[in-house]
This record gives sequence, structure tokens and C-alpha cells, in this order.
Amino acid sequence: MSDAKQQNEFDFELVSPEKKLMSEKAWQVTVPGEEGDFGVRAGHSSLVSTIRPGVVEIVSKQGDAPAKIFIAGGFADVTATNLTVLAEQATKVDDMDKDAIEKDIANLEKKLADTKDEIEVSRFKKQLSLENAKLAAVSAA
Amino acid sequence: MPSLKEYRDRIASVKSTKKITSAMKMVAASKLKKAQDQAEASQPYARAMGEMLARVAAGVTVTAASPKLLIGTGSDKRHLLVVVTSDRGLCGGFNGNLVRLARNEIIRLQGEGKEVQVVTVGRKARDLLKREFSSLIIESYTGIGSSNRVQFSEADQVTQFVLEQFEAGNFDVCSLVYNNFVSVLTQQPRAQQIIPFKLPETGANDNEDEAAEGLASPYRFEPEEEAILAQLLPRNLGVQMFRALLDSAAGEQAARMTAMDNATRNAGDRINGLTLEYNRARQAAITKELIEIISGAEAL
Repeated sequence: MSDAKQQNEFDFELVSPEKKLMSEKAWQVTVPGEEGDFGVRAGHSSLVSTIRPGVVEIVSKQGDAPAKIFIAGGFADVTATNLTVLAEQATKVDDMDKDAIEKDIANLEKKLADTKDEIEVSRFKKQLSLENAKLAAVSAA
Repeated sequence: MPSLKEYRDRIASVKSTKKITSAMKMVAASKLKKAQDQAEASQPYARAMGEMLARVAAGVTVTAASPKLLIGTGSDKRHLLVVVTSDRGLCGGFNGNLVRLARNEIIRLQGEGKEVQVVTVGRKARDLLKREFSSLIIESYTGIGSSNRVQFSEADQVTQFVLEQFEAGNFDVCSLVYNNFVSVLTQQPRAQQIIPFKLPETGANDNEDEAAEGLASPYRFEPEEEAILAQLLPRNLGVQMFRALLDSAAGEQAARMTAMDNATRNAGDRINGLTLEYNRARQAAITKELIEIISGAEAL
């Protein structure tokens, strides 16, 4: 597409099942893909990817500091002119509380040690890896 | 004939009932607005999910190794029904109609020799189905949407339970029985199969468009289509569950609004009728007193 060359912005959308969280122009967005992080700019080739729990970094203008948003996994739908991120849970990294997350981790680890039920165990393990990803995101910020 | 005082008391009591029903109607109307807004806000996600699913599904050839959520377990012997109603009553035939449909479904399936299990969402479904089918109910959820809006996590809780049961091999086919929100005046109880997943039939035209688009800009998939599909299907299940809960929540308020509107009107009619009777009785009493005075005076 010839337009894409002149355009250096694209439409970025972040939607959760409950509502549309963000819809704005962006210059570059970094997405934590299942098989490695990837950056998206205008004119990116079409791509559908799964997302692992991690931080999405949105740079609205070249040179700006990125806005960081933690998402608990989801899907990314990329075309040359827009990027849609489907996330089940999204929180601004700045709004996350490290102590609370550490407490949750400790709680989960305790529950995991106590329970024997297989279904419960796998559920707790899932939650635990999610909390660990959150912790990593907060610590890096 | 009741005395004048009895009439006055009855009118007062109907009036206070009318006040309550009209207040409930207004509360339901404002909650309905909220529920509709919420249902609308959930649209972008559902739409994006649908588009993505169509794109991925177009690139996948269905084989015996495809996810079981798509192709099923190869049997349709054991059914799971997820019955969604409200927690509260006073909303006309909303819950009654739904439970009747669920009951017919259960009896039909059992008549065909299928095994049926039931998950209830909402207190009314549990209470109304417990009497007849208490042995079939394997799980009940109540209090969903009690914080004024349905949270996705609440829908997810139900979805996760269903998925766990499916993975454990406890059923083959799963259907959602819920009130579809057609309009404020109409809520239509319906049963929708969610496992194995059926691509909507009306999507045929969309798929052609997708295919044309796909040619113009071929999609790359990361990881490959099958792996994405395996993750997408459970999420899609969550979206459908969430949507059913939202529809049901909006439908409940709409049904309550209509029911309370009728109740308010009936109370108004009743008040008019009673007032008429009251006035007649009052006039009769006055006439009687006059006659007594006149005939007393004549006797002198």
C-alpha cells in the first residue's frame, strides 16, 4: 500500500471483553508475543499472534516515553494500518502494587502446597505464573 | 357491603402497592440502560474475536487432530446444559419461560436416550429445576451481576468450570440455555450449542469477504494456525458465555420493567374502580341518612 509509506502512524486498539480500553493513533507498539516480543509500526505485514502475559509498550509519537500496560495474555491482530490487541485483563504498570502482588504470590504458593486436587493445582499454577509475570513487569518498571 | 372505612383502607393499600411497582419500574429502567450500555461496550471484543476466529479457521483444515472444542468428542451421548436465569423474581414470565424451555430440552434429550447434566446460573434456575431434576444439577452459581454489572471474571468462572468438565471427559455436547435479548419488549429463551463450536451459518457472506481480504494481504500466524485456534476456542467460549450473561441481565431488567409497568397500570385501574365504588357507597349512605331525617320529620 502506497499510503502506508507516508503514514507513520497507525490505529491502535486495546479491547477487553468488558469494554474498549484504548483506541488511538500510535507510532510504535511493542507486543509480548507468545514466540517473542515484536514491535509494530505502520505498514507491518498482516499477522495474527497470541500474546503471553507481559507488558505492551505504546509509543504515540516518535521519541515519546512509552506508556506501559500489563496484559494477562490475549491475541494481537495486525494489519498494515491497525493493530488490535484482545486482552482479558489489562492494568497500567504504574497502577500495580508490588507488595500486593508479592502477597498474592505467597498466598498462591501456600494454597498450591496445601491442595492435592489436580484441577485445583493446575488452576493455581496458572494464576501463579500470571502473578509472577506481573511481578516481573513491576520490577522492570 | 364493605363499610366506607374498609374502602378507604383498600384504596390506601392499592395506592402504596402502586407506588412500589412504579418505583421498581423506574429502577429497572435505569438498570436496563446500564445493562444495555454494558452489552454494547462488550461488542468490540466479541466482533474482533469473531473476525480473528474466521481468519484463523479459514487457514485451518479440520482433521481428527483438531481441537476437540471444534470437532467434538465423536459422540453426542452426554449433554451438559448451562441454564441462565436471574437471581430475583418479579419479572413476569422471564424465568418461567426459560425454565420451561430447559425442562423441555432435558426431557427431549432424555427421551432420545442421552445423558443430561445441568449447570445452573442464577437462583431461579436452581430453585425451579431442583424439584424435578436435582440429581442432574452438578453445579450452581448465584449472585452473578450482583454488583450492578456482570463482570467478565464471573462469566469466566462458569466457563472454566465447563472447560474443566470437558477436558475431564464428563460430557460431549454443551448448550447454553438463556434469554436472548431481542428488544425491550421481547426476550426469547433459546438453546445454543457452544461445544462443539459451530461457525454461525449467517457468516457465509462474511467469510467470502474475509477470503477476498485474505488474498490481498495474506496473514502470517504466530504460532501456527492450529495452535492459535486451540487457544482461541476456549476464549471464544468465554465471550459467548459472557454475552449470554449480559443478554440475560439486560433481559431481566427489561422484563421487570414491562411487568412492573403492567402492575402499575393494573393498580391504577383498581384504584379507579375502588374509588367509584367508594363514592357510590358514600352517596348511598348520605341518601339513606336524608331519607331517615325526612321520614322522621314527616312522622311528626
